[in-house]
Amino acid sequence: MSVSEQRSPSDDGAAPPFRGSGRFRMMDAQRVNLDGFSTENPDLGLVAFDSPHDPEPGILIRDGVVVEMDGRTVAEFDSIDHFIARHGLDLTVAPEVMAMDDRELARLLVDASVPRGEVVRLAAGMTPAKIARVLAGLRPVEIQMAIMKMRVRRTPANQAHVTNRMDDPLLIAADAATAVAFGFRELETTVPVLHDAPAVAMALLIGSQVPAAGALTQCAVEEALELKLGMRGLVSYAETVSLYGTERVFVDGDDTPWSKAFLVSGYASRGIKMRVSSGAGSEVLMGYAEGRSMGYLEARCVALARAIGAQGVQNGGIDGASVAASVPGGVRELLSENLMVMMRNLESCSGNDTLMSESDMRRTARTLPLFLAGSDFVFSGFGSIPRYDNMFGPSNFNADDLDDYLVLQRDWGVDGGLRSVDEQTVLALRRKAAEATRAVFRHLGLADFGDEHLESVVTAEGSKDLAEPDPLAVLHASRVIQETGLTGLDVVRALDECGFPDEAERVLGMLRARVGGDYLQTAAIFDERMNVLSGLTDPNDYSGPGTGYAMSAERRREIDAVRQQRSVVDLVGEQDRHALPYTLVEAGPAAAGDDPRDVVIGLSPALGVGLHQTLSGLTVYDVLKELAAGLEEEGCRARLVRICSTIDVGFIGLAAARLAGSGIGIGLQAKGTALIHRRDLAPLMNLELFSVAPLVTRDMYRAMGINAGRHAKGGTPDPVRNAYSEEAITARYHTRVVSMVAVERAHCRPDLPPQEVRWNQ
Amino acid sequence: MESVTPQAMSGRPIEELTLARVRANELTIDDIRIDPDTLLRQAEQAERFGNGQLAESLRRGAEMAMLGDEELMEIYEALRPGRSTAARLREMAEGLAVRGMPRCAELVREAADVYSRCGLAR
Repeated sequence: MSVSEQRSPSDDGAAPPFRGSGRFRMMDAQRVNLDGFSTENPDLGLVAFDSPHDPEPGILIRDGVVVEMDGRTVAEFDSIDHFIARHGLDLTVAPEVMAMDDRELARLLVDASVPRGEVVRLAAGMTPAKIARVLAGLRPVEIQMAIMKMRVRRTPANQAHVTNRMDDPLLIAADAATAVAFGFRELETTVPVLHDAPAVAMALLIGSQVPAAGALTQCAVEEALELKLGMRGLVSYAETVSLYGTERVFVDGDDTPWSKAFLVSGYASRGIKMRVSSGAGSEVLMGYAEGRSMGYLEARCVALARAIGAQGVQNGGIDGASVAASVPGGVRELLSENLMVMMRNLESCSGNDTLMSESDMRRTARTLPLFLAGSDFVFSGFGSIPRYDNMFGPSNFNADDLDDYLVLQRDWGVDGGLRSVDEQTVLALRRKAAEATRAVFRHLGLADFGDEHLESVVTAEGSKDLAEPDPLAVLHASRVIQETGLTGLDVVRALDECGFPDEAERVLGMLRARVGGDYLQTAAIFDERMNVLSGLTDPNDYSGPGTGYAMSAERRREIDAVRQQRSVVDLVGEQDRHALPYTLVEAGPAAAGDDPRDVVIGLSPALGVGLHQTLSGLTVYDVLKELAAGLEEEGCRARLVRICSTIDVGFIGLAAARLAGSGIGIGLQAKGTALIHRRDLAPLMNLELFSVAPLVTRDMYRAMGINAGRHAKGGTPDPVRNAYSEEAITARYHTRVVSMVAVERAHCRPDLPPQEVRWNQ
Repeated sequence: MESVTPQAMSGRPIEELTLARVRANELTIDDIRIDPDTLLRQAEQAERFGNGQLAESLRRGAEMAMLGDEELMEIYEALRPGRSTAARLREMAEGLAVRGMPRCAELVREAADVYSRCGLAR
């Protein structure tokens, strides 16, 4: 029950019932109130920064060995402390940096004139508690400034989730192709049914290489299976190697820092890129946060990530993002997690992959600061598929947000890694991906998919548009892949033999890449020409305005050219479809009328010439008919006169009124703005005005005609109420208004007197 | 950067990984496996980038490239919490050292030490 629904207490029962506030009823109904908000509770770890139980930063080194760190002696160390103390810190720098003032370190992070390398050098000697303390002192925009400088790779990129409820391989392939077409450079899948993984991984690999070369693919499943898929060349990276900030949770996850370190090297030994995964909230959810703040526990995870030799970290909330977001300052903590990673000179795959709020405003606000600052991967999984198909759970941004995201890139002139694609291209790529995958599965004896199924995949929004498939087909395909030990080379051969040599070449390129090993380096991705972009080949060199990543002219055009963009030329083309030639014919200079029933409708310069449809969707001819019919109802006669010399509706109306026998004129612009004028009024006065053209209906124009007639007869009009709307009316129509005004202006002839217009109805 | 042409585990140079050779059925799984020498060169690059821990991990990876898939997974399993006694881990470490995998051996030896201190040994 909301607060506003409660009854007020009354002693005698005579008091009126508590009615509550309409305003609070309205506020209660907002989606943000579906979210949970926690009171800060350090004992449970429900605190973003600076828990009273967080240790004082400190380090004691004796004979080159850490004997005390962040409030614990070596005898008190847990296994995480041990690993960090033995491998994670640069002990030559530690004494220097640990003695520095927190605020001074914060300033070095933000100050663009302090080189990135210097901050990296210092950060290597900072204990987890020190980093947590320094970042707790940064304001949001300061964190953004630091991120801009500290991220590893200069060129930002983006990662997509590509999954579906049914593990349908053809849909996986089509969606993978779609994601790469939109610009994603890493694709992550997972499966609701573990044993489906090999077939899904294979489909993802094929689909990912259809639009362009080089997108990395991953299948997030249980570690042993994931590594096996990697060994066989069916996936090219891994990131679900989870780290936790307390030992209890770490052990509950059935790992230790040493088993994880071994696994990290295991991926390297097979030439597979990998990063680890952490993020606030998981320790709280598992009930073992040890009273520490989320910021401190994450600082431990990130220090450990560096210590075990991972090249990068996926963090910034992840599965626990909503827990972090439920406490004061929690969203700022999520952003600072990404910065911790960058300070340790690791690749940041920056979260934003969990729908952290039911409120569109709140979830957008959570992502925007990082998006503006830029990251190695802006999302560690943008949901490139519909929410219901996301087997990781909905991401913070999903397929239905793609256009928003593309427009945000354009609004801010920021490269968020994505680009626009037109519908025909996407359809063609989806078809090719689905056909290639079907052919390979058939060729390798894995499964046989019918034409109807393929067609539905090509045009589908998501798996709900597909007929219920045979779940055993995917399981069977996976079993065959496992039992016969099929590898990436078999996929290459099958693609080639089935008539997909380009795709075969690209998949082979991914296999070649793992032999070369260059993409094992920090923050490495491939561009579409298989160049490696990493901390080594494409280092972030931001050092203030005018430095760092800058979009090429070509990339700028890609971002600017959203598919909804329209020019004046486009608009004129649309307008021409509504033209009715020879309906309004000019018939020489207009004379003043003397009939008291004569009401002149003044037409703007381009009305019925270059412009034919008003903003409300009515044609100008329909509008004229309604106005004339209204006048007729009052026994008046409509006469049309084009006012050539101005585009201003007030002057058009006044000029019309001055030519009318009745002294009453209607001014009408092609976009539909209309008013009633009288010959003795000042130009900018009027009797009635429809200023919001998009909302004026047929009936309202009719009523305006009637009222003009009544004014002509000296009667009492019944004023028409202007329509109102909750729509972003200017956002919807202003681009068209600008184009229409430009066309009106082009037809304007200040030298010409008003022209009589013959109306061939 | 050094201009050494990487070769696969099989010894085949990377340029020979062509579609023509796939068509001719000449390539096998070892032709798409990374070679320990390549990992060692990547470790140098990581060192140059200033990440000694990544370099160390790649060097461990170079040792582990010689391990079969099953054995790799067995060692990983043994390192999980509560799976192995400290003595067993030390024994494993010795075995790895003898087989020319000193970095992996050191990691396992260290685990034996810390697991017995922190109650993570069986």
